[in-house]
Amino acid sequence: MKYAFFLGCTVPVRNLNYELSARWVARELGLELVDLEDFQCCGFPLKSLNLLDSLVVAARNLALAEQAGLPVCTLCSACGGFLSEANSHLQHNHDLKSQVNDRLKVSGLEYKGTIQVKHFIRILYEEIGIERIRERITRPLYGFSFAPHYGCHYIKPARTAGGIDPVEDPKSLTELIEVTGAKALRYETLLDCCGGSVLGIKEDLANTLAGNKLSEVNRLGGNGLVLICPFCNVMFENQQKKIEKKLEQKLKVPVLYYSQLLGLALGTDPDTLGFKLNRIKDKEFLTGFERRD
Amino acid sequence: MDPIDLKKLDPDFKHRLARELGGEQIKKCFSCGVCSARCPIEKIEPEYNPRRIIRMILLGMEEELLKEEFLWHCSTCYTCQESCPQEVDFTEVIFVLRNMAVRKGLAPAGLGAARNLLDQQGRMYEIGDFENEKRKEMGLPEIKGNAKDYRELLKD
Repeated sequence: MKYAFFLGCTVPVRNLNYELSARWVARELGLELVDLEDFQCCGFPLKSLNLLDSLVVAARNLALAEQAGLPVCTLCSACGGFLSEANSHLQHNHDLKSQVNDRLKVSGLEYKGTIQVKHFIRILYEEIGIERIRERITRPLYGFSFAPHYGCHYIKPARTAGGIDPVEDPKSLTELIEVTGAKALRYETLLDCCGGSVLGIKEDLANTLAGNKLSEVNRLGGNGLVLICPFCNVMFENQQKKIEKKLEQKLKVPVLYYSQLLGLALGTDPDTLGFKLNRIKDKEFLTGFERRD
Repeated sequence: MDPIDLKKLDPDFKHRLARELGGEQIKKCFSCGVCSARCPIEKIEPEYNPRRIIRMILLGMEEELLKEEFLWHCSTCYTCQESCPQEVDFTEVIFVLRNMAVRKGLAPAGLGAARNLLDQQGRMYEIGDFENEKRKEMGLPEIKGNAKDYRELLKD
């Protein structure tokens, strides 16, 4: 199992805990992640401005992976969603494909449409599989509970997201949390959007959206909100203080990446998984968990 | 809202929108309103109303619509698109409308920043020596980030 590792813009600068833990988990489970030097932005930030430009940028990255002969693994749901979308457009629309390839000539690249794009979590769920992960759990997280946050671009639009989950009742992340021995919470705002896409244009609107979910997760208790996308992390972790102010309410909802949770259950320590970089931690969970050994 | 001025309507608007990638299904809308009922943004900000936006497209209210700031308030969660019984890809329609607004110079100021960043460095956040030093300390590989071709690639 070998993939070209697409980090995107945010993870390698602002979410080293996600990158560290994903790389560790991948190695542990026999998933080889290859770094391609020339990978850059996926193109999604240009989609609102000029769809064709955004597809050219996506195709540049896809062509690089094709050259390496590898499918693409992304950590960010927006990158995964957009590269899949671009792939689908270009595979089905020949005029568009030749238009894009004309522009790619300046980069010395040609997009062919021969590789697939998958989110890291989808690879864990579909390719490695729950049963194989179960066999590798050495320190089950019994007695802890977490709220899964699927986010939007991981499962939608269903047409290009690969049908990993029914959009109204997704299960992959819930099952992946439960295989660690922890309980995955079901809650009313489970499917709600983080609001990240509006942050740059209307911060208060974005904070209201994220605040609804943080308030509910806070009410439920549990040991934190489990994420799979750095865009969602911006809202739930970085914005949490501002949201507390806005709601006039203490939240302190711990936020962590799924790969960090799985890494603990697979037997490694919080430092290896970059927990030092998590801004809002459940110290009782981390220390309580280590005391068990 | 003032009464609609029929003289200002452009009956061709919906056809032009339907020719854009993602806008193809717009004319199939039968106004059931499920997009609006489920939109998380409309719940917070009633001014953003997907059903009304579709009516404005079908009526040909291009001028009024493209200058509305609320076009930029969609969070692209795709809930409308996934619930539409007529398979109107409304989230994609929003992107088409934004593209049209940009072409007419009607987009809110500051939105070009993303494009400039990609032009210059190929990514939204710069990765220089400082970032690579931090990565090295954490045991992560250096990112060279070759983006020499971007300026040429994104040339108009």
